[in-house]
Amino acid sequence: MSLIHIENISRRYQMGEEIIHALRDVSLTIERGEYVAIMGPSGSGKSTLMNLLGCLDTPTSGRYELNGVNVSEMDDNQLAEIRNREIGFVFQTFNLLPRSNALHNVELPLIYAGVSTEDRRRGALEALSQVGLSDRIHHKPNELSGGQRQRVAIARALVTNPSIILADEPTGNLDSKTGTEIMAVFEELSDHGNTIIVVTHEEHVARHAERILRIRDGLIASDENVAKGAALTAP
Amino acid sequence: MITRLPHLLIETLEGLRIALGAIWANKLRSGLATLGIVIGIVTVTLMGTAIEGLNRSFLNAVSTIGADVLYVQRFSWFIDSWEEWLKAEKRQRITLAQVKAVEKHMRMAQAIAPFVETRRPVKYKNRRSDSVTVIGTTDQFQFTKGVSIIDGRFMTAPEADGGRPICVLGATAATNLFLIEPPMGKRIRLENQLFEVVGVMEKQGDFFGEFSVDNAVIIPLQQFVSSYWRYPDFQIQVKVLEMANLEDAKEELRGIMRRVRRLAPGAEDDFSIDQQEMFLNMFKRVSRTIASVGLFITGLSLFVGGIGIMNIMFVSVAERTREIGIRKAIGAKRRAILTQFLIEAASICVLGGILALSIAYPVTLLLKKHLGGAMSPTVVGIALAVATLTGVISGFFPAWRAARLNPVDALRNE
Repeated sequence: MSLIHIENISRRYQMGEEIIHALRDVSLTIERGEYVAIMGPSGSGKSTLMNLLGCLDTPTSGRYELNGVNVSEMDDNQLAEIRNREIGFVFQTFNLLPRSNALHNVELPLIYAGVSTEDRRRGALEALSQVGLSDRIHHKPNELSGGQRQRVAIARALVTNPSIILADEPTGNLDSKTGTEIMAVFEELSDHGNTIIVVTHEEHVARHAERILRIRDGLIASDENVAKGAALTAP
Repeated sequence: MITRLPHLLIETLEGLRIALGAIWANKLRSGLATLGIVIGIVTVTLMGTAIEGLNRSFLNAVSTIGADVLYVQRFSWFIDSWEEWLKAEKRQRITLAQVKAVEKHMRMAQAIAPFVETRRPVKYKNRRSDSVTVIGTTDQFQFTKGVSIIDGRFMTAPEADGGRPICVLGATAATNLFLIEPPMGKRIRLENQLFEVVGVMEKQGDFFGEFSVDNAVIIPLQQFVSSYWRYPDFQIQVKVLEMANLEDAKEELRGIMRRVRRLAPGAEDDFSIDQQEMFLNMFKRVSRTIASVGLFITGLSLFVGGIGIMNIMFVSVAERTREIGIRKAIGAKRRAILTQFLIEAASICVLGGILALSIAYPVTLLLKKHLGGAMSPTVVGIALAVATLTGVISGFFPAWRAARLNPVDALRNE
């Protein structure tokens, strides 16, 4: 059984009088443990695809099976539960809660999973140590550097042990040195068997992945497997 | 092994944490928003306390009337109109002979006492107490009025009939005339006659000066009649044998009165028989009116306050759209978001409620001096419950909106 199985998915938006076809009949399968990059220029539909893969949105038509479960017709609350259990998000703008410290930010998904206080704390500390931030747990986001913030976000994505880590332009707001460090974290997670999907428009970010999907005009334009470590030779 | 607690509990704790954080971060705004609630809760607290105090002191005072005592008199306690008063004014007085007749014929009574009163100044040496109630009655009065003596004794039957100049003092009258001196055996001056104090009564408690014999001097009926008022208009106090037979006793009393006053069958009573219950009913009506007016004012200010809360919650939701998006993305269900904002609204209101109670408390202490009612735990509980409820109701619509936000749109919000 594939981790992600998408069949003939379409997503249309109504924009005033106009109907926008963000995705047209896309089919896609992603196996457990894969490291996939989704590329495409803005307006290509890659954000729509990411929202669908992340269960933030539902398709207009088509079928999406995540871990063998059909999620394409779930309601708001069921999707929330799936997101909580199956998906760890990493955003371009980090999306941490500004008034909460690193520890609490990482604990947050466990709160909505209904995990007890001690277990939450234990899980969050473990995730923070995995991203090398054990010494920053009581810092608030504005007391951390961009790279550290993104590490907190990665820890938050990891803490529930999700099936997929879904990263949307994870290095978009970072300088290139920090960006490289963050990509190294993903690489390490991938090496440990995590399934990672990175959405990006930057070639050198995508090169870290083993598989690159290119989206254009709501369709998958190409789907290529690349040798791991190709990024090392990239400019 | 990961233990899972009920989600609602964890979500509530998280909601509380967020709510207090948000309120603390917007202290001024939250404070202003809760002003309406503060006013509403202050009103509800003061109202509750005032009514409770009024009730308590009234019930305490009215208990001196005695639930099992019937009062026969020319003027009813409750005269609603000038016409009624004129009619009562034309009735013949209740004479001593009629009192004797009732004493003789009434079977369902434990005690029957005639009662006349007047206001006069009373003197002891160079101390003078104006407008003391001078009561003329018999020894039976101690049973009908239920007075307790703390010093000395009440008058005896021979004293009541024979007219030896003795008197029994009410508690207030006693302290007014005899600051620290023991009053027993002293002679006080009423008009030009001296009366020996043989007893002092226990303090009864009054209601704006009414109902009690605290500021009274009780003298034998004979003395009263011969010194002040030859043909007074008597009130007859009848303590019935059995409380359960109060109405039967009232009928018996009415029959006797009609007979001794020679009323033709079918003629209207030309006297009135009143009882404590009537006072209670009247008081209930009055306090119900006060309560409904107060409730209206309270309701109005809470309504206005509630709108303020709703407004500020819409602002809060709008400001934190992105945060809502984040929370939903990582797995917060609608219920969790709803709970979070409801708790925030309720917390603002409860803090307003606590503020209101701390404003109202000193005022209730002032009220206590006059009415004897303190801020009770019940009132505090009601005030806080009302505050919470207002918060939940007025926060619901904004919270519901937040809960229904689409995570994709919410995340896109800057």
